[in-house]
Amino acid sequence: MQQDPAALVVLSRVEKRFGDAVVLRDISFSVARGKSVCIIGPSGSGKSTLLRCINALVPVSSGSIEIDGIEVNDPALDKIALRRKVGMVFQQYNLFPHRTALQNVMMAPIHVLKQDRREVEDRARRLLAKVGLAEKEQAYPGELSGGQQQRVAIARSLAMNPLVMLFDEVTAALDPETKKEVLVTIRQLAEDGMTCMIVTHEMGFAREVADHVYFTEKGVIVEHGPPREMLAHPREERTRAFLDQVL
Amino acid sequence: MTPLPVLLTPGRAALCRSAGYGLRGLLGGNTLAVVLAAFCFSILAGEARAEASAAGLLGVLALLLKWAPLIFQGFLFNLLVSVLSMLAGTVLGLWLGLGRVSQFAALRRASSAVIQFFRNAPWLVLLFYCMFLLPFSVTLPFATIPLPDAAKAVIGLSLPVMANVAEIVRGGVRSIPLEQWESGEALAFSRRQILWMVILPQCLRRMIPPWMNLYAILTMSTTLISVVGIQDSMTLARAALVAEGRTELFIPMYLMLLSWFFLYCYPIARWTTALERRFQVRI
Repeated sequence: MQQDPAALVVLSRVEKRFGDAVVLRDISFSVARGKSVCIIGPSGSGKSTLLRCINALVPVSSGSIEIDGIEVNDPALDKIALRRKVGMVFQQYNLFPHRTALQNVMMAPIHVLKQDRREVEDRARRLLAKVGLAEKEQAYPGELSGGQQQRVAIARSLAMNPLVMLFDEVTAALDPETKKEVLVTIRQLAEDGMTCMIVTHEMGFAREVADHVYFTEKGVIVEHGPPREMLAHPREERTRAFLDQVL
Repeated sequence: MTPLPVLLTPGRAALCRSAGYGLRGLLGGNTLAVVLAAFCFSILAGEARAEASAAGLLGVLALLLKWAPLIFQGFLFNLLVSVLSMLAGTVLGLWLGLGRVSQFAALRRASSAVIQFFRNAPWLVLLFYCMFLLPFSVTLPFATIPLPDAAKAVIGLSLPVMANVAEIVRGGVRSIPLEQWESGEALAFSRRQILWMVILPQCLRRMIPPWMNLYAILTMSTTLISVVGIQDSMTLARAALVAEGRTELFIPMYLMLLSWFFLYCYPIARWTTALERRFQVRI
């Protein structure tokens, strides 16, 4: 594995087993600062698990994941320090239902980063405006549509000023119209220079946003490359079969 | 002391009916009617065995009225015991319940054992244990704290309450989807922060109905303390009956006491049901 000095996330020979089942096998790649990668592949190919390994929601079995100098596969890992650098957005939004949109965005900076409440509030308002929800700041998650909830979740992650954002099939639970507003938000983010790792089934989106696309199947990276090239002219038969199915 | 309808003489019944709408709204008209009917019937049944006459009926009512203030004091003592036991049991049970969902297996197992033991022990037996095993006073380096029987009774009752509250806490915490934990972790919250800021506030409303239900059960169970020799409403009612020595007083006297407990606990039960219904819709 070549060590790119600009690399923010470096995975090398990552393996994850659940009991006897090997979910990830020999995953090695790196993501440079400010770049976006998309990970595509059939369900159950280990994409979500890969993202969860990166912010230590699940431990890796072997190999190394390094983020901005922090080794994730380390028994003495300071998970809190790691997760301050890594934002994550989930398929099911997972907002805190007892708090308003604004409070959802403010909680972590206040209680984890111990930042001043008023500064946090200003920033939270700006972030909600950025995702197009300035007028919904007092709404509870239950009063928002799926797409709106997901955008609040993105703002909530951004409030921590992460170095890298992980998106785990964030539009999979949304209907086509609301999907778009979330994808636009993420694209904006990528264009602004946020490092993004995006697990998605939206091929059109991957083509537009990603600097590099990885196709995984059964826990291994089958093929990777720049999106236009790879999505239009896949070299591997398995990639072609998958793309034929989803496109 | 508020004049309860069951204590009013027949002449004031009409007045009670016109003023009773608030109470009836809370209790439900039918239920109140059943209680009143049972009360009148029990007096008449007692009368039938003695001399059946209007004078006799009035005599029984007069005797009840004579003893009511004293027994009501005992009743208030029962309520005090119930509140204190609930308070202690809730505080202890909260921590025990959190221990039950701890990430440390040893703590989890220990909490589970304590919960299982106190949930499956008869309340009266626990009460006896506390009465006889706890010392008369606790000596601390700076003071000696006396431990009167009433305090022991509160401790004895708070133990099963503690175990049941712990179970309610466990159920509440478990009812929150694991994704809430995950998203809290992803935001770099510590486990403790997630528990107190994300999980517990969400399960609080789900825990309130079973908690209130437990309180109603506890209140009714406070009469157990009369068995271990504490002067509560039951003890006083029994003493009054002995003093009067009239068998026809037996049923009305206990029914009077029963109806007080009923009037206290039944609204709690109704409120609990209402809250349950409301929370069900909301979540």
